[in-house]
Amino acid sequence: MTVPDLLSRRLLFVTGKGGTGKTTVAAALARHVASTGAKVLVVEMDEKGALAAALGCGPLSFEPAEVAPNLSAMAMNTEHSLREYIRLFVRMPIVTTLGPLARILDFVANAAPGVKEILAVGKVCWEVRERRWDLVIVDAEASGHVVAQVDAPRSLAALVPVGLIRDQVRWMQEMLSDASTTGIVVTALAEEIAVSETVALLDRLAADTTVAVATVVCNRVPASVVAEADDAAFDALLARSRAGSAGGPLAAPLELVAVAAERRSRAMGHLRKLLERSLRVPAPVIVLPEVRTGAVVERLMDDLAGELS
Amino acid sequence: MKALSESSLLVVCGSGGTGKTTVSAALGALAARRHGRTVLVLTVDPARRLADALGLREIGNAIVEVPMEDGAGRLFVGMIDTKASWDDLIERVAPNPTVKSLVLGNRLYRNLTSRFVHSHDYIAMERLYEAHSSGRWDLVVVDTPPSRNALDVLDAPDRMKEFFASRLLKLLTGTGQSRLWSLGSRPFFAVANRVLGARFLGDVTVFFSLLRQMEHGFVERANKVQAVLRGAGTSYTVVTTAEQAPSTEAAFLLRALRARGYQPPSVVVNRAIPRSLAAAAGRTVDGTAAAAEADLLAHGSTAEQASRLAARVAASAREMVEVARREAAVLDGFVADGAASEVAVAPLRAADVTDLASLVALGESLADARA
Repeated sequence: MTVPDLLSRRLLFVTGKGGTGKTTVAAALARHVASTGAKVLVVEMDEKGALAAALGCGPLSFEPAEVAPNLSAMAMNTEHSLREYIRLFVRMPIVTTLGPLARILDFVANAAPGVKEILAVGKVCWEVRERRWDLVIVDAEASGHVVAQVDAPRSLAALVPVGLIRDQVRWMQEMLSDASTTGIVVTALAEEIAVSETVALLDRLAADTTVAVATVVCNRVPASVVAEADDAAFDALLARSRAGSAGGPLAAPLELVAVAAERRSRAMGHLRKLLERSLRVPAPVIVLPEVRTGAVVERLMDDLAGELS
Repeated sequence: MKALSESSLLVVCGSGGTGKTTVSAALGALAARRHGRTVLVLTVDPARRLADALGLREIGNAIVEVPMEDGAGRLFVGMIDTKASWDDLIERVAPNPTVKSLVLGNRLYRNLTSRFVHSHDYIAMERLYEAHSSGRWDLVVVDTPPSRNALDVLDAPDRMKEFFASRLLKLLTGTGQSRLWSLGSRPFFAVANRVLGARFLGDVTVFFSLLRQMEHGFVERANKVQAVLRGAGTSYTVVTTAEQAPSTEAAFLLRALRARGYQPPSVVVNRAIPRSLAAAAGRTVDGTAAAAEADLLAHGSTAEQASRLAARVAASAREMVEVARREAAVLDGFVADGAASEVAVAPLRAADVTDLASLVALGESLADARA
């Protein structure tokens, strides 16, 4: 599978350990796909508002709103999702029944895993099925919670033996399990803990869910400091500087560069581990360079667009 | 950092990716070595190599001692295993053996403990209280679990109390199981039945009836946990890097902790570019390219290599100086607006923390905090 095939899917969940840039990657993917002329919806799951900041638009609401040509965005809200669900499927007079029912469901959701998740994932699946988006991108829960999120239809089916929800989770489950329709994009960093958590997440997604991982994006990989051919010359220069023979004005800048070079080499070691594990993932790992100065989000979006085109 | 010698509990907060777990362990090691204290670090999910460095081969609910060569104090580390901790908790709060075995065998309970999102938060607070009140440790350092919101964990005891106080719980479980069915005629129950199915609602009701029998135990524990969190012996620290997003989040966490009326929080800025080095480099960076090129030419590099390498070195140094300047502004911000009671800085290191020596070195770098 080539990288562009990633975008032939209809539904992508972007997840990863906290701090790995999943919101930025979700926004960058969405912007890129929208710029090719496809109709894209991007969904923020955690109501933190970070997606709006990454998209450079105002606060998002439950109703999808166009924030750029071809690009719409919404923020998930399980209470609104429940309201919509009842209106569409249960056909009960909402005014009289929703208050207590919402409280019951809220209460059940706090105890029974999967109810809140199903309201969120259900809305997303519904958007994919019923509306004319070419691609729905979900800025999903972080690695600790995403398994429960994408697996919600299956785990709920196991707990709820009968009822309307039971019937409805079936089609969601089918949509989520179809690798040509749905995929997970896992974001990572080339750092030790981030890589070990990413590997653990890939294992858990494979073992505990039926949703396929589409690709891994390794974010903020420090740029190489000196060309490989110049490594030996740089090491010698640094050694002379440390021995005091390379002149005073060079000492501090060289030490700083040495720190940067060490960061790079450590990051490459961690990246290699990630690449090894990711051999089992169908699409190649997308490696994005670290941007430390200037317009970080814009540069990342350009880099990602470059990798995808 | 004052907390290391004075507090009996240190709660370490922060967003993901800032090195919170490693910093928690390093602070624990520092408190043991410098202040001769007996320290327990409670952590959630350490990286494999950090676990190895700490001697945490067997991962479970048990606490293990980290062998320290020359410290006057002692360092212990424990993992928070949510499932095992919940079972322990049920053992303690169940009013009788029947309720205990019914809960432990309940289908929803098993799901609850392994998947229920906030259960990690609640149980972390529970373990913290347990360790703190055992009297075995001079200092307990708690690495808070990663949450949607970094302070969710501190609200967990409150939420547990609210849950037991909720009118709906009482309504559903008022007279045990049968209560649900007498409500069956009400319209909202008709809907709930249709949506979720009666058997599922029945399962839920049975489970909550059992939970209610433990209400007293849970609420009492929650109150005690809160009293400890608000106590003068409990300190808070926020771990961040000096990068834009984590430091904005850290500033928010510092304000939120203050607003809750806890002890004034300190901040640990991790992986900062060493400031004095950056300042020194900043003074000479304009001459870097020429000086490096001259030195390389004098030592056998071709003109092409000397010019290429010198340009890369100079560009890299300039970028690091610029990044360091931004980081310094972030650090000064923490001090200037009084958000943090103390600011400790751990320099960006050439090597990862892979053994006890490097962990101790990280701890030592945190010893001198700016008030």
